[in-house]
Amino acid sequence: MMIFATLVERFYAALAAWGIPWIVPTLVVMVIVVSVVLAYISVAAMFMIWWERKISAHIQVRYGPMRVGGWHGWAQSIADGIKLLLKEDLIPTGADKVVFVLAPMVVFGATVAAYVTIPWAPGLIVRDLNIGILYMVSISSLVVVGIIMAGWSSNNKYATLGALRSAAQAVSYEVPLVLSLLGPVMIAGTMSMGKLVEAQSGRWFGVLPGWFVFPQIVAFLTYFTCALAECNRLPFDIPEAESELVAGFHVEYSGMRFAMFFLAEYANMFVVSAIATTLFLGGWHGPWIPLPGLPREVAHGLFGLVWFQVKCYFLIFVMMWLRWTLARLRVDQLMGFAWKVLLPISFANLIVTGLVLILGKHALLYVGGIAILLLVAILLAARPAARTVRVGERT
Amino acid sequence: MEKPIPIGTTVVMERTGETMEEMYVNMGPQHPSTHGVLRLMLKLDGEYIIDCIPYIGYLHRCHEKIGENRNYTQIIPYTDRLDYLASMSMNFGYVLAVERLMGQKIPERAEYMRVILAELQRIASHLIWLGTFGLDLGNFTIFMYCFREREMVLDLFESVTGQRLNYSFYRIGGMPMDFPDTFLTDCQAFLAWFKPRLPEYDAIMTDNILFQKRVQGVGISPPQVAVEYGLSGPMLRACGIKWDLRRNEPYSIYDRFEFDIPVFDTCDVWARYMVRRREMEESVKIVEQALAQLPPGEVMAKMPKTIKPPAGQIYSRAESPRGEIGFYIVSDGSPKPYRYKVRSPAYVNLSALPEMLKGCLVADCVAVLGSVDIVLGEVDR
Repeated sequence: MMIFATLVERFYAALAAWGIPWIVPTLVVMVIVVSVVLAYISVAAMFMIWWERKISAHIQVRYGPMRVGGWHGWAQSIADGIKLLLKEDLIPTGADKVVFVLAPMVVFGATVAAYVTIPWAPGLIVRDLNIGILYMVSISSLVVVGIIMAGWSSNNKYATLGALRSAAQAVSYEVPLVLSLLGPVMIAGTMSMGKLVEAQSGRWFGVLPGWFVFPQIVAFLTYFTCALAECNRLPFDIPEAESELVAGFHVEYSGMRFAMFFLAEYANMFVVSAIATTLFLGGWHGPWIPLPGLPREVAHGLFGLVWFQVKCYFLIFVMMWLRWTLARLRVDQLMGFAWKVLLPISFANLIVTGLVLILGKHALLYVGGIAILLLVAILLAARPAARTVRVGERT
Repeated sequence: MEKPIPIGTTVVMERTGETMEEMYVNMGPQHPSTHGVLRLMLKLDGEYIIDCIPYIGYLHRCHEKIGENRNYTQIIPYTDRLDYLASMSMNFGYVLAVERLMGQKIPERAEYMRVILAELQRIASHLIWLGTFGLDLGNFTIFMYCFREREMVLDLFESVTGQRLNYSFYRIGGMPMDFPDTFLTDCQAFLAWFKPRLPEYDAIMTDNILFQKRVQGVGISPPQVAVEYGLSGPMLRACGIKWDLRRNEPYSIYDRFEFDIPVFDTCDVWARYMVRRREMEESVKIVEQALAQLPPGEVMAKMPKTIKPPAGQIYSRAESPRGEIGFYIVSDGSPKPYRYKVRSPAYVNLSALPEMLKGCLVADCVAVLGSVDIVLGEVDR
């Protein structure tokens, strides 16, 4: 939707013509954009919370929220939000107050900042940075800093353990996560989110859509696994494993501060899904028709907006589905999985992708894909069998 | 603001050889995974457990002393509160002890009723265990599935006894009343529904590789340790020791039924899981056979108005879902027991927990504790 860009440019030009300094229109545009993004995050997170409760309920032969608001309890999240707003804001006596107060802000701020480079629709992106994907990954890993701040400042052992687990998990999973993202980046030859989407506009063999998920299926699966760990979702939710650590890093938080963590968790789920959609599932690409009475560009934009959301929410649904089906991994198994399985796989994927890019055209990517699958099969088969631990023996 | 006082002293860590401060984590009594009001003091080296001290007694209610001040029939409702997830089995164990002390025979039909109810209770108890064990490992869905089926067992019990948790339904000398007319069909309908559900549990738990990785090789209690600590029930059978009072020391009419005693010899959480999982199938078998053989007739023997067992003593034991529930009763010929002592399986099983936890991770702690299947009402008495 180039219209927005044009509008902004006209706005700048008009104000410049009146002799108003450039800082004023910049600030105005910033405030508007931030409000829109924040509004979207709040509404989307509330929807996702309600949606997750319904999905989990139906998986577990229950109904979930049915009362608040009438139709299938649609207003449940709003009611919960109001309840959290009205709750007493407690800061434990032993807590480091400044850090304790700052922690939820850091977590939420880092998550919101990642929305800057999400390509919502053709031309609709807050800022199409030329290192977009790098920016997104690095800014959203700042969340961990907030989590460690929360765990440490709470002066609670369970919170500290949760925070330390979170740090270890982040360090382990960032590496294969970034490596798996490099595959599409290498194919497209760009790091800009907008250009990455545009690079997927063609078709593979004239049949399949030109999404990178087809040649990069291994990278996609690696990325998705790491993304689950990044969001602290089951089976990787050990930083907040409620049966072990009560609630993990946010055990001492209440009221709106807790709500910030909660909101950030769901907002973060959308961010990782948006990255996956952009890099692997073709972003806003999808079939569209010109709508009567609307310019072609606007119709394309509207369809793109819908397609992007559909793909994102499908991935979010998969995350929720996994959460309510699987058991939690143990902290050492989690580390082992990241370093011993995911990292070699993503390196292999990187090497094969590079080779294919040097050697041949797109068709070869499929050969590469098969080679990677074989490699993965060999890796998995060659793993040593689970060791039985006897009493007194340390693992 | 007061600075928090660090607990623990500087020590050399066994695992890494580093000098650092020991960390104590207090788990419970308000922790979500301690299954009631158990408090565990964990001594940690990083996330590894060096030592664990269970603190019990939060639910102590002088069960045994109260028993000395009630007559024999009045004790039955108190036994309900021992293992409140398996009240039928507790009643069973107690009335069995008194009947043995008196040398009392009970009608055939009452024996069958007792076995049917006790085995249904075993299914219900194992279901609640399976559900909460899933919760401990982060699998929420199995919990709801198990509770759905447990609810059906409770409905059956409600139709028989009018109660859903504490039944107090066994009497010294038989059963207070017969099954209602609808019970046989309802019970068969439940079994027909329940049998295909077990593969569903397998699909979500047993066959799930993440679950297997969590439970295999964790919380080992070698057979020798198990015997030394006096473990019983599924805990003992998970150590490869085939010991089930229903088979080894048949009480009531258990010698009339065909059933297997599931035994696994890996001694870990996985073995305990598998034993309980298989026991549900065996209980279904027993209930089916008992329903088929159920004879007509009286359900209550002719008993004196006041029960006065002859002077003497008895230790009588039965197989509850958690293991050997023993009642030691000393009678002086009066309507009240002179001494009344309970040997509760969960209490004994829990005593081996520190042994099993050493060297585990904190995350394993909840898995191991869950696999012990404690009920604090019985541990504390």
